[in-house]
Amino acid sequence: MTEHPTGLSIRDLRVTFGGGRRLLGAGAPPVTAVAGVDLDVAPDETVAVVGESGSGKTTVARCVVGLVRPDSGTLSYDGTPLGPVRGRPAEIQRAIQMVFQDPRSSLNPRMTAGAIIREAWQAHPAAAPAGDQHAAVRDLLEEVGLDGGVARRRPAELSGGQCQRISIARALALRPRLLVCDEAVSALDVSVQAQILRLLVDLTREHGLSLLFISHDLGVVRQIADRIAVMRSGEIVETAATEDLYRSPQHPYTRMLLDAALDLEVAET
Amino acid sequence: MTDTVLAERAAPTPRSATIDADLPRRPRRLGRILRYVPHGIIAVYIVVAAVGPLVVDYDPLATSVTDRLLSPGSTTSDGGTAWLGTDGVGRDILDQVVLGARTSMVIAVLTVAAAGTFGVIVGLIAGYVGGWADASIARLIDILVAFPGILLAIVIAGLFRPGILIVVLALSAVGWISFARVVRGASLSLRERDWVNAARVMAVPRRSILGRHVLPFVVGPVVAMATLEFALVVLAEAGLSFLGIGLPSTSVSWGQTIADGKEYLELAPWISAFPGVALAVLVICVGLVGDQLTARYGGNRR
Amino acid sequence: MRTGPGDTGADVASQRSGADVANERSGDGPLLDVRDLDVFLPAPSGPVRIIDRVSFTVDAGRTTGLIGESGSGKTMTAMAVIGLLPQGAVTRGGLWWRGENLLTAGPRRRRRVRGREIAMIFQDPLASLNPSQTVGRQVTEIPRRDGMSRRELTATAAELLGRVGIPEPARRASNYPHQFSGGMRQRAMTALALAGKPRLILADEPTTALDVTVQARILDMLRNLREQENTAMVLVSHDLRVMAHVADDLVVMYAGRVCERGPARDLLRRPLHPYTKALVESVPAVHTKTAIAAPLPGSPANPAQRPSGCAFHPRCPLTRVMADDGAAAHERCRTEEPEVLEVAPGRWSGCHFAGVLHDERSSTRVAGRNGTGPDTATTTEEEERP
Repeated sequence: MTEHPTGLSIRDLRVTFGGGRRLLGAGAPPVTAVAGVDLDVAPDETVAVVGESGSGKTTVARCVVGLVRPDSGTLSYDGTPLGPVRGRPAEIQRAIQMVFQDPRSSLNPRMTAGAIIREAWQAHPAAAPAGDQHAAVRDLLEEVGLDGGVARRRPAELSGGQCQRISIARALALRPRLLVCDEAVSALDVSVQAQILRLLVDLTREHGLSLLFISHDLGVVRQIADRIAVMRSGEIVETAATEDLYRSPQHPYTRMLLDAALDLEVAET
Repeated sequence: MTDTVLAERAAPTPRSATIDADLPRRPRRLGRILRYVPHGIIAVYIVVAAVGPLVVDYDPLATSVTDRLLSPGSTTSDGGTAWLGTDGVGRDILDQVVLGARTSMVIAVLTVAAAGTFGVIVGLIAGYVGGWADASIARLIDILVAFPGILLAIVIAGLFRPGILIVVLALSAVGWISFARVVRGASLSLRERDWVNAARVMAVPRRSILGRHVLPFVVGPVVAMATLEFALVVLAEAGLSFLGIGLPSTSVSWGQTIADGKEYLELAPWISAFPGVALAVLVICVGLVGDQLTARYGGNRR
Repeated sequence: MRTGPGDTGADVASQRSGADVANERSGDGPLLDVRDLDVFLPAPSGPVRIIDRVSFTVDAGRTTGLIGESGSGKTMTAMAVIGLLPQGAVTRGGLWWRGENLLTAGPRRRRRVRGREIAMIFQDPLASLNPSQTVGRQVTEIPRRDGMSRRELTATAAELLGRVGIPEPARRASNYPHQFSGGMRQRAMTALALAGKPRLILADEPTTALDVTVQARILDMLRNLREQENTAMVLVSHDLRVMAHVADDLVVMYAGRVCERGPARDLLRRPLHPYTKALVESVPAVHTKTAIAAPLPGSPANPAQRPSGCAFHPRCPLTRVMADDGAAAHERCRTEEPEVLEVAPGRWSGCHFAGVLHDERSSTRVAGRNGTGPDTATTTEEEERP
């Protein structure tokens, strides 16, 4: 594992859910969700975490953005330790943003797209544009490929893809450096997935963003990631540069995942 | 096959001719109108409660021996007509029903407002903040629920000098629980919504999260809850008055009038019947409106 | 809450032409022949034709895939077949089951067909299994009603669970659904469907909620079932990879209409509709390195606000190419509703320019490049929304 002087660094992260609270679905006993994870995301880098449900990949993402408090381990960004969101310095709060899986439920249905984006600036006046906020909202919407008029619409009037673009615009409003995407394209229609992936790639290039991309889709990840970490039962079993991982998977579990993954062309042809 | 498809398309008339007969329609107009009957009746009660006391000249202390137990529609000694009859001391029942409406409405509105505000705040804290606050609030609710609500109200009302505020306090003491429960349940699930998570990631202040991302979504169930609670309070207030607790004897209440009539049930059933009917109709109508709201906003009744 | 379409009392048999009658060889024809099926759903602004003239056939022992994105009507079509449409839905057209139109059959006959001859597997097995009964008891519901003895029932339960690949079936039969994993539940659901010895199984997104490794095993199971039991299957999914794996025939749906249908392998390899082509191209490959596909603009059309003419025209890369005057869409695509016609043997397409796509060389040149550059793609999403 290489040491990066800057960017996100995760060392020996451990998270346990238990005490009778059902967080992982019906009837699950107390679970160790993350059992000692080390991971780095350098600036400009896109790192994907893949794994099956219950592998702990989402929990890692939630620790990074400060929604889940780890039991032990250290998280840091550019050397600044990362605790729960409220304990972080304002510039770190801005630097790490998240895009969620379900494009609709990640937007407050009672608010307009414009209000949703402006809320980010209310929370962080330092990131707010100097001039007209409404004009800045329009610019942001156009940057993510939406018409400026969308600012007046509510999530229910928009398609899933449009909602996900607003989610991305809300994150961009704070000029983040690391974008955590938790299954950000999984809930989208196939024909819309490619739009959002394109957008994410374009944005990372333009803004020098790094991405922590959580996904179960080995095909999507191959198109977008520089490096991939494979998780199983709370542990990372293998980390490798993307093409290395697909060409010569080292861990048996990685091999099993790849074998199970279907492609469009049926094998025997 | 190509010809077949084209042939079918060329003769679309029989298909479209059947459309109007087949297709689903909007709910019938009569049904739509009937839905609003309870709303209309409640509006009448509100108007009576607001305007009635200005029109009616009624003195609870003024008795008239000659006008005792007159049946509905009789002419009184001063030449007026007692449309709903008179009671055991010659007081007009219609006047009492009208004035009782105001008492009931005022107490119910105040109680629902007090209980609702307190319950919503407690529920939000329990549901959203969770943890220790939630655990202690949940235990408190368990204890209060184990206690029959009306009994608690009787105890509180009995301890103090009679008065409207005491009645409101006594009824609110248990009324807030249902609000707190509904709001707690709703905000527990809202807390897990991604738009709330998104706000947390952006470090939006907790007050704004509660006000902007949680509270607006509990308003529906709370309003539904409030109507049902309103009906219960009207009943409970009548119950307290019937028992002679809570309101001073100089005030007019349906419960008191019903209690006054209980000695004459065979001789003059109208004394208890008319305020009883007024009470029942109001409670039923409010309940029906509450059910409509519950169906719309999905709050659970208990 | 849910009623069969016939319970609305408004079913109308399709106008049967001579060719249809000739087509119907007694007992030898397709098992299920969906012909010009319309489904209307009530909406505040009047009924919406959520399914619009959908036709396809399912042959015995074959798996037909209904594929589409959100709003395509694939699930609604399956629900019409099994008779589980939402209340207030009105159906028209033909749902010919072994030569008998289910839409005009009596309610008792329909229930019988839908309980015994057609069975259904749902996406969420946990929601469709009764949590308070053992899996074995639920699986033997139909044999029990037929008056089978207790010992026979126990044996049947074990036999059914064994057939869908549940290890130690005799022991697992006494378990409750929550003691099963997701994949095992899906197997149990399948066993339940098999219990009535159906001729057709409808499966709605049976693997969507499952992990890749489990998904592969369930798909293998479904394929084995088709081979061993000769059961026909209608598979509803948005996942082309799943379809490529198990379906023999495909029906591609968009905005409540059929875009294209034909043999799965041929259809995926040489799509004869620009929408199918775009779908195929947008599936990221796992085992080869691919770039992110040139995305289609916009979002899937909503059947309630279906675009005029060809419903796909606002997003179609081909129509732009065909419109030689530089317009955003070809006049014909905007104004004329395309028929689903047989373009090549067994290959049906609802594109005005299917012939162009059929000429393979021109198809790669025409629909591959022009019009769908990344720059145009990301800026035109609002087009179909007012």
